[in-house]
Amino acid sequence: MPDAPDMLFRTLADPTRRAIFERLCRHGEQTVGALTAQSGVSQPAVSKHLGVLKQAGLVRDRHEGRQTHYTADLRALSPLIDWTNQMAGFWESRFDDLEDLLKRMDQ
Amino acid sequence: MSTAVTETRSVVVERDIPHPPQKIWRALTQPHLIAEWLMKNDFAPVTGHGFTLSGDWGSVDCRVLSVELNKTLSYTWDAMGLESIVTWTLTPKGGGTHLRMEQSGFKPDQQQAFQGAQYGWQKFFGNLEQLLARAD
Repeated sequence: MPDAPDMLFRTLADPTRRAIFERLCRHGEQTVGALTAQSGVSQPAVSKHLGVLKQAGLVRDRHEGRQTHYTADLRALSPLIDWTNQMAGFWESRFDDLEDLLKRMDQ
Repeated sequence: MSTAVTETRSVVVERDIPHPPQKIWRALTQPHLIAEWLMKNDFAPVTGHGFTLSGDWGSVDCRVLSVELNKTLSYTWDAMGLESIVTWTLTPKGGGTHLRMEQSGFKPDQQQAFQGAQYGWQKFFGNLEQLLARAD
């Protein structure tokens, strides 16, 4: 598998972070306060998770007065969704290994 | 060498390989050889045989669909929500072989399923969790 999805997998590996991202996917834009109320962890922890999600391009933020609103950005998932691109790279490298093996094999 | 991504959502990789079909067939069908270029596996060249390919990033569930000695081999390839079919075709060419691999998705709507339907999300994250659990 190519490296591109690694960051997405790592970002979404944390269950709390994943739950925050899923909530934003299902319910649209939310404030940090609203997300904290539903998450069962402290507001600083939620903010930290949102920062990691933002770094991975999975969420966008919008400031309005004292509130910061977050939305999910599904475009960040496209490396995972476009399986044809992923698999083409995967098979090219498998073909390379297959050819290496054939060179080592007896007739 | 060429790679094509077609409108019918399939991946094709083709190469002219300077080895005879019989030898390539062995590399495609003997488990200890498959392990050297693809993944660890419990493959058997028997139609209907279910097998698993295990990589360090997760695993692929497969079932053999057709076997024609030294000519064609196809099996299902299900991993991380992707349901597809992999077909190998070996054609003698000069002293070597034209080797073609086509992987095609057989659920035209699966891209949409990925993209937001609740079922798609659950499946996606469920598979992600499995993948990460196995990666440890």
